[in-house]
Amino acid sequence: MTITKKLLTTAIASAMMVGGAQAEISNETVKIGYLADMSGTYRDLAGPNGLTALEMAISDFGGTVNGAKIEVVSADDRNSPDSSSSTVRRWVENEDVDLVAGLVASSVTIAVSNILEENDKLGIVSGSAASSITNEHCTPNHIHYVYDTYPLANGTASAVVKEGGKTWFILTADYAFGHALEGDVTRVVEENGGEILDAVRHPFPTSDFSSFILQAQSSGADVVALANAGADTTNAITTAGEFGLTQSGQTLAALLLFLTDVHALGVNSAQGIQLTTGWYWDMNDETRAWSDRFMEETGVRPTMVHAGIYSSTMQYLNAVKATGSDDAQTVRKQMMDTPINDMFAKNGIIREDGRMVHDMYLAEVKTPEESKNEWDLYEIVRTIPGEEAYRPLSESKCKLVTQN
Amino acid sequence: MTEILGVPVAVLSGQLMLGIINGAFYALLSLGLAVIFGLLKIINFAHGAMYMLGAMCTVLMFDAFGINYWVALFLAPLVVGCFGIVLEYFLLRRIAGQDHIYSLLLTFGIALILQGVLTNIYGVSGLRYSMPEVFRGGMNLGFMFLPYYRAWVIVAALLVCFGTWFMIEKTRLGSYLRAGTEDSQLMQGFGINVPLLISLTYGFGVMLAAFAGALAAPIYSVSPVMGSNILIVVFAVVVIGGMGSIAGAVITGLMMGVVEGFTKVFYPEGSAAVIFLVMVVVLLIRPSGLFGKEA
Repeated sequence: MTITKKLLTTAIASAMMVGGAQAEISNETVKIGYLADMSGTYRDLAGPNGLTALEMAISDFGGTVNGAKIEVVSADDRNSPDSSSSTVRRWVENEDVDLVAGLVASSVTIAVSNILEENDKLGIVSGSAASSITNEHCTPNHIHYVYDTYPLANGTASAVVKEGGKTWFILTADYAFGHALEGDVTRVVEENGGEILDAVRHPFPTSDFSSFILQAQSSGADVVALANAGADTTNAITTAGEFGLTQSGQTLAALLLFLTDVHALGVNSAQGIQLTTGWYWDMNDETRAWSDRFMEETGVRPTMVHAGIYSSTMQYLNAVKATGSDDAQTVRKQMMDTPINDMFAKNGIIREDGRMVHDMYLAEVKTPEESKNEWDLYEIVRTIPGEEAYRPLSESKCKLVTQN
Repeated sequence: MTEILGVPVAVLSGQLMLGIINGAFYALLSLGLAVIFGLLKIINFAHGAMYMLGAMCTVLMFDAFGINYWVALFLAPLVVGCFGIVLEYFLLRRIAGQDHIYSLLLTFGIALILQGVLTNIYGVSGLRYSMPEVFRGGMNLGFMFLPYYRAWVIVAALLVCFGTWFMIEKTRLGSYLRAGTEDSQLMQGFGINVPLLISLTYGFGVMLAAFAGALAAPIYSVSPVMGSNILIVVFAVVVIGGMGSIAGAVITGLMMGVVEGFTKVFYPEGSAAVIFLVMVVVLLIRPSGLFGKEA
């Protein structure tokens, strides 16, 4: 009995090895598809400059990997899961794309990850926020690299509750990302003894927030939290300022703010806002050096997403080089086995659910007096260690995580 | 406190106020569309882009030349209006008299090009524009805090809407316009320069959009994509009001602002769709729109 069992296990194991060990690069080409919002609300935080970051990584890597050439194709996701699905299907089924990078709107990422799983190709998610991407929507075919809604809530919401913001009004973008963020914030606020008075879901995108700000004012909540992103957030902050929300004693908490948003708002409107970020360009010499190069290419400072795209592409190419393969599972395993130490993260670890765990930062927007130039925007208040920031595996609903 | 469907009356009065303010923007924009369609029979899909140009112009004129809000409110529509006249003269004129679909496609193409080029230059995060000093702050109405600027929006928009209606319906110039589009050959026979009249009308419609844009600059995030979202809503407003009806466009614009405002309280998820729902219902019952003449 034991012998048969052993035999069987060996047979299965060797079968798996044969299946997995494609130690070669298909078509002598590593082809990377960059999918991101190139023209809509999320263009500036990823967009064309993300493609530049990707190309910087490829050129720093040397342009080839083990003699195979590296090709890039790109497409606009139009923030549409449907059109993105058909793009990615064409890429992986007909055009031999090995890696899909970028990936911004959470709804797009969730749709695309299913196609990647069907075709066993790899995706590295740098722009999306929903923590469900590595929780209920996890697949063995994608890695979530830069940040997600769990640490956003952990960082900003817990800091605000500890400062005395007990009752909350949440304004949520009505799609996958907003819902995930709303859920994570609710959990953090309630765990810290706070209370959610009301959560209102606004259509994505919305240009006029006056009606919602008025509802927030009449709710009487201590804290008005914005569970949205991009132009929605900047519009809501501007309107809140106009309607005197903070003057009447309420605190405004923006749960997801990118450097480009703060830059658009300016320190006058945004000063004092606390936010959680995965990376900031002005943290140390390494980040500054890379940002200077990025700025030479693009004319702007990079967001955490731009830096994440560069870093993750580097990690991917290193893994392809080390294994001599562009097979999704081989490369993913190699990436999981290699801690990330670069300008983006220190001791970053990719877990089995695909979550890249690294330190996050609680930042505060500088005042006009403190800010020395147009991109001198954040003061890092606290470093949140990776294990504390991200959802622990013990709470995971991901099918890849074996619960003990 | 008195409540309607579980919502305090004070909150509802506030929302009514905001609905009227948003409606004022819809009214300005749909008015321009209605003028252009009513007199030129052009379905102007570039209207959202003209609104965006008005706002961008206001911001860029301030950044480059320090031109203040009041001057910009006058100058931005003028600049964009001239641009509209150029478009009419070099492009739209060539397809006059063709099926509506040609003007629709041409103007849609122009809108996409404008939006794309400006997105490439300025990005989408929005440009900064600060509120003019006089409008900082607001007044407490008891049921809500009304920023001074929003009050000004209603006044300015209604004045411009009324002025436009008056000019087209009650003045000699307006009667030329209406007659010129009715029977241009006869008008030309009377010695009136009809092509010029048409160029000016298009320019004027575009000016109205740009004026709305300049009015929006201090309160909405100004970016090259700001016109594309509002365009479809404004078209729905024009369809509900009745294509080409000038008073209809203004009244419907205000009404739809209020309908949308209340939806944001009772069922916020549906606030993006409610105007289209109204459009469907109106088209089923009165295919020519609320204020349109029966065909």
